Amino acid sequence: MLVEGIKSRPVYMGLSIQPRARRHIFALEGEGAHALLDRKAALDSTALSRSEILYAPRGSQGKGNDEALRALGADMFFAAPTIATLLFRLRGTLTTAHMGTRLYIAGTEGFIGQAMIVALDHGMDHASVITEHRGSLARRVQCVHCKGVTEDVTHSPFPCGHCGLPLLVRDHYSRRLGAFQGVNIDAEEPGSAPDPEELFL
Amino acid sequence: MAIAFKQETFRDDFSYRNSAENIRRFPFPFDRDEYMYAVNMEPHVKGQKGTAFENLIDIDEHYVAEMRDRALVLKEDPLRYQALPHMMAAQWDTLELLMEEQAVGFPEHFTLARNGDQWRWINRPLGIDDTFTFGDRSTLPCEPLEYITRQAQGDFCIVDQRDGNLWMDAGMVTTQADWSLDFDIGMNFMEWHGPVPLAHQMGVFDRALKFLLNLQQGKPTRRFNWTMTINPRLDTSPENYHKWGPDRATVTTGNVGDKVHLRVEVQSLWRLPRSNAILFVIRCYLMNMNELVTVPKWARRFPRVLRTLPPELIDYKGLTRYRQTTIDWLSKFDDGEPTSPGTFPD
Repeated sequence: MLVEGIKSRPVYMGLSIQPRARRHIFALEGEGAHALLDRKAALDSTALSRSEILYAPRGSQGKGNDEALRALGADMFFAAPTIATLLFRLRGTLTTAHMGTRLYIAGTEGFIGQAMIVALDHGMDHASVITEHRGSLARRVQCVHCKGVTEDVTHSPFPCGHCGLPLLVRDHYSRRLGAFQGVNIDAEEPGSAPDPEELFL
Repeated sequence: MAIAFKQETFRDDFSYRNSAENIRRFPFPFDRDEYMYAVNMEPHVKGQKGTAFENLIDIDEHYVAEMRDRALVLKEDPLRYQALPHMMAAQWDTLELLMEEQAVGFPEHFTLARNGDQWRWINRPLGIDDTFTFGDRSTLPCEPLEYITRQAQGDFCIVDQRDGNLWMDAGMVTTQADWSLDFDIGMNFMEWHGPVPLAHQMGVFDRALKFLLNLQQGKPTRRFNWTMTINPRLDTSPENYHKWGPDRATVTTGNVGDKVHLRVEVQSLWRLPRSNAILFVIRCYLMNMNELVTVPKWARRFPRVLRTLPPELIDYKGLTRYRQTTIDWLSKFDDGEPTSPGTFPD
């Protein structure tokens, strides 16, 4: 389960399909495919004809999620090889989006965070973006010292992927950066960092 | 009376000290012998002469050195100043407010001359004499908020008000007690206070937010906050925690008096006229323990406050390694006599 009670952390309410939207854009990653597939019943032919599905399988590669999503018969379907390519496509889609467009994001928290940044950059209100967390609890963490972002962090402390300092993963989340904060854990007594614990599997 | 500005440092050789007069005007934050979180807001009105509340925007003997330290921080890390694009009106509001308050409070040091939107600003301590068009960004060397906060003591955040919340959307933050503007910019009131222990459960932030959403123009409000810092270092940012963190392990019985500082923030909040944003001024004051014990009331009270702190606050404020050593050292100056109510020296 997700850790409760972090005030700065977004709440992921789950993918509820908004029937009146003029356009539905689904940005999905890995197990996030099931967030949409589980709501097949809410997708009538009108909704599907207004839908664009962007999917990056990542860890769910080979499980057939991409075929199942394609089989929904949405107006547009795009299978992206990586998160970066999905976000590039999402930028393009939002650049030409109109009023009445709904964005739905589902997958790991790091993916939701990155797709949310794209949405914010295009002037969408974060509260209007519909999100669901699926898959790993691994965190996307920004080192507060060198500002480098390390993806898929499962342990705390962990070595910053950029400057190498051992970082404690704080329960403080920035929507603008799409990341948790990492702070040097042994600053007061260098070399005293405790063993890493697997906390975010 | 003109202030004699000191040449001193907040880094390396740490030559920062308070004069005897400046100790007397220190905004000691404890009005009783214990401490716990509270909303503790009071009207930000002028106080007595010879106190830090004589003017609503306070300048003291450390002004020139503090502005030099800010410039050094910004050279290393320009992200300590940031403003989101929709905050330009609030930036001009802030420039106006700080120029007016500094010119009215310290006319021997600052002059603001206005002729329509043609403004001339003279800052004698820093040797600045600039003429610009109010509202025209291109007539200043940098954005208006950066321009004026390079010339004003304390950290400054501008919070935007919308959707029944406050949003941290601009700031100049170089003298902070371990929080990152770069990380927190764009967050709402509850989000940027996320890491603070105990206070959420106590309802402090709900009440404070409700209060601030109704803040009126011309009626600024203030509160105290405090922590402790080893060495007179203004830049205790999380960005540089790996550089200043080791200082916390250097406190010994022999050096408490010089090294351990009480760090007080006088936080004032101002409704801005054009933007309806709120300017949040976090004015930081530092005083070492040798200086603190020159005021007998404070020497008695401060060790008592340190003894009564809840464990969560000791941890959050980062006092764990040196609190007991500091209490032991200070206790020599506490004869057990009762202290008078209020914060000021007897």
